[in-house]
Amino acid sequence: MNPPYIHQAPSVSAIMLKVLLALLPGIALTIWYFGPAILVSLALASLTALATEAAMLKLRDRPIKPFLGDNSALVTAWLVALSIPPLAPWWLVVVGVAFAISIAKQLYGGLGNNPFNPAMVAYAVLVISFPAQMTHWLAPHGLGATEIDFISQLRYIFSGALPGGTAFDAITAATPLDTLKTQLHLERPVKEILGMPVYGYLAGKDSEMVALGYVAGGIYLLLNRIITWHVPVAFLGTLFGVAGLFHLADPGLYVAPLFHWMSGAAMLGAFFILTDPVSGPTTPKGKLIFAAGAAVLTYVIRVFGGFPDGVAFATLLMNLCVPLLDAYTQPRVFGEKGGKK
Amino acid sequence: MKTLHHFHGGVHPEQHKLESSALPSVCAPVPQRLILPLQQHLGTRAKAVVRAGDKVLKGQLLARAAGAMSAAIHAPTSGTVLSVDFHALPHPSGLPDLCAIIEADGEDLWAERAPCDFRAADRAELRAKLRDGGIVGLGGATFPAHLKFDCKPAREIRTLVLNGAECEPWITSDDRLMRERAAEIVRGIEILRYLASPGETLVGIEDNKPQAVTAMRQACANTGIEVVAVPTLYPTGGEKQLIKVLTGKEVPSGGYPLHVGVLCSNVATAYAAHRLINCGEPMISRLVTVTGSVRTPQNFEALLGTPIEELVKLAGGALPGSAGYILGGPMMGLHVSNGWLPVVKSTNCVIVKSPQLFPPLPPALPCIRCTRCADACPADLQPQELYWFAKSRNFDKIKNYHLFDCIECGACNYVCPSHIPLVQYFRFAKSELRALEHESAAAALARERYEYRQMRIERDKQEKAEKLAQKEKAALAARQSAPATGVSQDGSAQARIQAALERAREQAAAVKPKNMDSLTSQQQAEIAEIEARRAKARELAQGQASGKTEQATDEHG
Repeated sequence: MNPPYIHQAPSVSAIMLKVLLALLPGIALTIWYFGPAILVSLALASLTALATEAAMLKLRDRPIKPFLGDNSALVTAWLVALSIPPLAPWWLVVVGVAFAISIAKQLYGGLGNNPFNPAMVAYAVLVISFPAQMTHWLAPHGLGATEIDFISQLRYIFSGALPGGTAFDAITAATPLDTLKTQLHLERPVKEILGMPVYGYLAGKDSEMVALGYVAGGIYLLLNRIITWHVPVAFLGTLFGVAGLFHLADPGLYVAPLFHWMSGAAMLGAFFILTDPVSGPTTPKGKLIFAAGAAVLTYVIRVFGGFPDGVAFATLLMNLCVPLLDAYTQPRVFGEKGGKK
Repeated sequence: MKTLHHFHGGVHPEQHKLESSALPSVCAPVPQRLILPLQQHLGTRAKAVVRAGDKVLKGQLLARAAGAMSAAIHAPTSGTVLSVDFHALPHPSGLPDLCAIIEADGEDLWAERAPCDFRAADRAELRAKLRDGGIVGLGGATFPAHLKFDCKPAREIRTLVLNGAECEPWITSDDRLMRERAAEIVRGIEILRYLASPGETLVGIEDNKPQAVTAMRQACANTGIEVVAVPTLYPTGGEKQLIKVLTGKEVPSGGYPLHVGVLCSNVATAYAAHRLINCGEPMISRLVTVTGSVRTPQNFEALLGTPIEELVKLAGGALPGSAGYILGGPMMGLHVSNGWLPVVKSTNCVIVKSPQLFPPLPPALPCIRCTRCADACPADLQPQELYWFAKSRNFDKIKNYHLFDCIECGACNYVCPSHIPLVQYFRFAKSELRALEHESAAAALARERYEYRQMRIERDKQEKAEKLAQKEKAALAARQSAPATGVSQDGSAQARIQAALERAREQAAAVKPKNMDSLTSQQQAEIAEIEARRAKARELAQGQASGKTEQATDEHG
């Protein structure tokens, strides 16, 4: 029996549960705009995550119950499911989540010990191994050549068969970021590209709404003190700044900063991925540098790289810097010289 | 209105003050038997001046301060000393320590009390009185008061801070003391002011004790002492934290309040000083909150040495389902299970535990680096890093991360979502580091000694060699100068042998027992008889031994 004898903290599982709750607005909007296929991915991902976690804990001879109940595997699972196309073969999400939990999390020592964000490791593995499946997203309503109902989507997910006469390309589309890149390669000016029907008010049609859903969830996390302002502000601020500079330099070649905010995984990254405490830095200054670095890398990969989005790789690269960031940004302790008065 | 400052972090645990603060404090009766540890303060154990069987009067010295860092212990009532022996004590180690046990005679007769006018007294003399009166810091650290107020004239005390914050939940002993005996506290503060001669005197009280603030303000009117209500935030009662809040000054890392011209003392200490100096009563009792799972939580003026279960009984007894006690508050207190443990100078509160009030924690999970601990740390530390280094026994690193600035307030522990016993890790690392330092100091000393020895041996060797060389040189020179003839050499050899024999004879004469010179004839006869007996015995023994060897050889043969 050791002091203190009283505690008042949300448990790890309560914190993780709140993260899951915060993802709900984004998920709801995804369903609203892109149909319920995402629910299948989320269910598959959740089951895989729990099964893999339990199996790995057993292999590692660790207690299963407290760790399965901490909800952290579910957070990883949902983030993986949300970063890959909803209409994808079932094994894609299963492979991704299983890899995230077994290799990226448990082999490093499980909860609290993984140096890299497991969901982003999974995304990186999938996008490199299965680029075709990873870049075909469901087209927004009314934009695909045809639309198939939920039953047909289910059949496709589990058997790979589409209703007779439907081509896969007819129901999917490249992401708005991808389209922009392709069209820029064709030397069309930004203004003309953004006039395409795949774009909405600020960025991709419908997907920008989902991004707003993530913002809502992020604000919920901020208000509940699950995350601090440092990462979202530094990430979005830097992304805005870098994109703004390029946009000012040549608006014909570089899209406006708000487009970058509302595209791809920017909002998911700012509030849910880069804010992962385990793989991120702990000091306030470290968090600012970490998120700013991730924003610069995201922009560079998006604009000058070959991948459709840069958040995952930017996160992983910045994860590498975390020990250094922590070591070099230690705050002044009470009574240390040179402090603020 | 004073501008207040704030420190980083802090937590807001549930107060639980009203349970015990509503009732006025009650004087607890003298228990039948009192256990008085001789170490109730920081420093060296006091040296007992009584023995088992001695009759003592109330206030009589039981043990005097041993060395500079020590304080005296007195008999809290009149009676008989049963024993001065080792007993288990309320201390984290659980190790037994020397205690004086007194059987009360029920008379409660005072020894002679000698109040004094402190303004007429010399400061050094006053400090000696504090030491011999057993006055120590009653805020928890039990630092001997005479040392705290041993201010060198070069160090100007700008601020004297009286700590009435009482930030730990459940505890209300200082609250009641300030409400009921504000005037006496102020008289004690005057003594401390006389010792420290500070520029300003501030009393810091958390604003969850409005009655105490009012009472103290009334008592301090026209004294120049300012009573300041500070925001309720744990651990505002931490010395460094309260100084920061009141003055904005930060006690340097690894330093003392004196380094920023501040002295900080508990209000209960000031009260004890008043009782000692103005009334001539040494430190033999204190206010103790008895709360938690008891029928009527309240405060008692308890004699030191009173078993805590006696106080619990006075508070109506423990409620069913209670188990164990916390001495002190729930954030930093000490868990004990023995009810017969005594009230000591640092015992400000006894909380009776129950699983309902203090539910057991689920098993600890790994750290998820959420930094809630860092957000709560009042010393601006990074507990998650300290924990990491403590766990991996990386003690060099942990020192660089300012482990020794940790005040063990438990705020990090309180907010940890993984329920990691952080404070335990930090205490472990601190004691390991202290042990390592001790070890390396010992090793350095041993090395120094070894090196000195090697040096000495080398030096001796050299000196010997030099002497030998000189001798040989001299001998060679002598040989060269003397004519080399065999006869003379032989002659000199003979002479030398003769001389050596002569010397040996002289030495033999010198070692002859001198007490044989002047003996009476009777004594000489006795000696001769004894010698004869010895010789006979020797002969006999020899005969037996040879017989045995013969037997042995026979058997072998």
